[in-house]
Amino acid sequence: MNYQAPLKELNFVLNQIAELPSICSLPGYEDCSVELVEAILEEGAKFAEQELAPINRQGDQGARWHDGEVTAAPGFKEAWQRYVESGWVGLRAPADYGGQGLPALVALAAEEMWCSANLAFSLAPMLTLGALEAIEHHASDVLKQLYLPRMASGEWTGTMNLTEPQAGSDLAQVRTRAERQADGSYRIQGQKIFITWGEHDMADNIVHLVLARLPDAPAGVKGISLFIVPKFLVNADGSLGAKNDVRCVSIEHKLGIHGSPTAVMSFGDQAGAIGYLVGEENKGLAYMFTMMNHARLGVGIEGLAVSERAYQAAVNYARERVQSRAVGSADAAGVPIIRHPDIRRMLMTMRAQIEAQRALACYAAAALDRAGHHPVPEERAKNQALLNFLIPIVKGWNTEQANEITSMAIQVHGGMGYIEETGVAQYYRDARITAIYEGTTGIQALDLIGRKTAADNGAVAQALLEEVLMTVRELDGAGLSDLARNLRRAAADASRAIGFVLEHFNARPTWPAAGSVPFLKLMGIVLGGWQMGRAALIAQRLLGEHGADVVFLESKLTTARFYGEHLLPQSGGLAHAIVEGAESALALDEAHF
Amino acid sequence: MKALVAVKRVVDYNVKVRVKADGSGVDIANVKMSMNPFDEIAVEEAVRLKEAGKVSEIVVVSLGVKQCEETLRTALAMGADRAILVETEVELQPLAVAKLLKSVVEREQPQLVILGKQAIDDDANQTGQMLSALLGWGQGTFASKVVVASESLNVTREIDGGMETVELRLPAIVTTDLRLNEPRYVKLPNIMAAKKKPLDKLTPADLGVDPSARLKTLKVAEPGSRAAGVKVANAAELVAKLKNEAKVL
Repeated sequence: MNYQAPLKELNFVLNQIAELPSICSLPGYEDCSVELVEAILEEGAKFAEQELAPINRQGDQGARWHDGEVTAAPGFKEAWQRYVESGWVGLRAPADYGGQGLPALVALAAEEMWCSANLAFSLAPMLTLGALEAIEHHASDVLKQLYLPRMASGEWTGTMNLTEPQAGSDLAQVRTRAERQADGSYRIQGQKIFITWGEHDMADNIVHLVLARLPDAPAGVKGISLFIVPKFLVNADGSLGAKNDVRCVSIEHKLGIHGSPTAVMSFGDQAGAIGYLVGEENKGLAYMFTMMNHARLGVGIEGLAVSERAYQAAVNYARERVQSRAVGSADAAGVPIIRHPDIRRMLMTMRAQIEAQRALACYAAAALDRAGHHPVPEERAKNQALLNFLIPIVKGWNTEQANEITSMAIQVHGGMGYIEETGVAQYYRDARITAIYEGTTGIQALDLIGRKTAADNGAVAQALLEEVLMTVRELDGAGLSDLARNLRRAAADASRAIGFVLEHFNARPTWPAAGSVPFLKLMGIVLGGWQMGRAALIAQRLLGEHGADVVFLESKLTTARFYGEHLLPQSGGLAHAIVEGAESALALDEAHF
Repeated sequence: MKALVAVKRVVDYNVKVRVKADGSGVDIANVKMSMNPFDEIAVEEAVRLKEAGKVSEIVVVSLGVKQCEETLRTALAMGADRAILVETEVELQPLAVAKLLKSVVEREQPQLVILGKQAIDDDANQTGQMLSALLGWGQGTFASKVVVASESLNVTREIDGGMETVELRLPAIVTTDLRLNEPRYVKLPNIMAAKKKPLDKLTPADLGVDPSARLKTLKVAEPGSRAAGVKVANAAELVAKLKNEAKVL
């Protein structure tokens, strides 16, 4: 099945929902414009559709490990080369190091297309940019000059080496050791697991960012340092030297994203891998957290992107597959299944959520850009707080729903979806990791109720609900009262749940924790509904303009109405579970499971 | 040597167009528009000639509505040096386009003009030939290979019987066929750089040309849908059907 980038929708969301023109007016983004972004997305769409999407299926056969070396899945190396030649790695890399320094909002829109076309492939640039961001913010100028230009061009890729067998969600357990050397470098020893694109043959060098502990480091999270450990050592003139003492011991056999090699990395089997400290000792974890927002937003985009691809497959199949007479029809002839009401309901459920998620993710990306670039400090702080609140929701909600949406895409295909031939099963398998890595949904939800809700006594959460109610009033004023009513009710549910979290967070922390994932989903549904409400208002206004794209805008209004009637009512059930259901979730004795 | 390339903004080849209810044309409101694929090949060829040191400057020209600017920006991102938009709301037909291009050629004095052999919207396949006649220059149409010598040009053409190579004295006109080259992906830094390349705007009046339509479209309709096929028992029946029903033998 071919992927077609939803350019019209992307441009609508960027320009109208996320207010791209105002982002382009921020200091540092003056080179950006609506026309430029349209041109970029159009070329990006071509690349995603023609180069990345066609090799997604063969990527599913997986990368191959042989004696410490990994051969990327068929076609990936060539695609990477073309991706690099086209300059796509540099989209959001800083201009000082050869990138284009475009807004995160624009980068995330492009990333949606890469992820939809080929999730496994897209992780290589995603990880490279994450590593690049960490180095840019925290490493010395010497290290930056040596590593960043080659990473921004894509000649070298980057990785994140955090996880160890005993240190997953809890990074305080990291055991990899680092020893100071006389020349200022460090020797690294230890094993890391789950290293995405940890070893491959697509680029000349791989820049590993490794969390490790110095011998005299304090225990726990405050004793972890961050190091650059290149696969090949880099000489002072930038040329490549000897192979470092770094080895890929094996790659994992996984449920999905087979095209992305997930490596077990061994550092220092012999004399110790040579590493270079990023920033100061013992601050590694804090450094990792500075790029966490972007990375988590990125995974939220991954979830939405795979959902979009699965939705497209489902729509195409539903149009082609002829089966059974139309419900209520006297004519016994079979019809395309898209005419069957339940298929319609499934397609609408997928579509409405995808549109809401895209809008919310792009809204968050605009906050990310304002938090970094707005000239007024108060605005920066306000947007940072807004972004911090939205991140766990975008990450958690988009990816949890990706599991449901890709599953629904299989359901539309029936038995044809369960066999691999139609390709839709791959989306289901690929999507599954997104709710796990970069912090599981449970971790996101704890972050949401704690640092993001309880810590400021619900200030950001309540302020957002105020904005939701403002949209409700506008919807009423515009005659969109069905959507207004559904959104108002959902906002009341959210308010009730926020009250519950605030009331019990300190005295009975297990209660809000037991309902934290329902709380995250509730906030996703309500804020997604808010964005659909905004979209509906915008669509209605644009419909009055000369030359309006009537089909697109009326579809937007219908989809928003569907969201209000089918998805927003879930808020009631979730709020009930949060407020009433904590005790039963925790009541059963541990021994009785 | 300066090369001039003409590009047209057309409905994207992926779009399935619909005929307007009144039969006056196809509905192009809010559909995706792109550079005519044959013109993309023309730009690509010019860029390759420049990279090979045969061409020193590439000027791209488009004629039509304001949004043709986007098409010109794409050509600039592919590697053209500067752009000219002849802006008009008038529906342009091949003869008007050829006259306008002739006027642009007289201002710009290129040695080589490259055009797509036809545009995928009206499939007229006339502009290059008309321009050649108006200028009195040689033409190498349906080019699948272009070799530039110092004073001349060898163009291999795709013709019914196979390939034909013609030698043209410069200045000359070339129109591109599908197999001439495969256009490159536009590089991101070049999209950014294209914004800063010069784009001049002219009007038909500036060029002293009256672009009014000479042909009148009477009616546009969808092609009739295909009738269902039938299975034949053997070759003899097939031949009989071709002879008697289809009347093609």
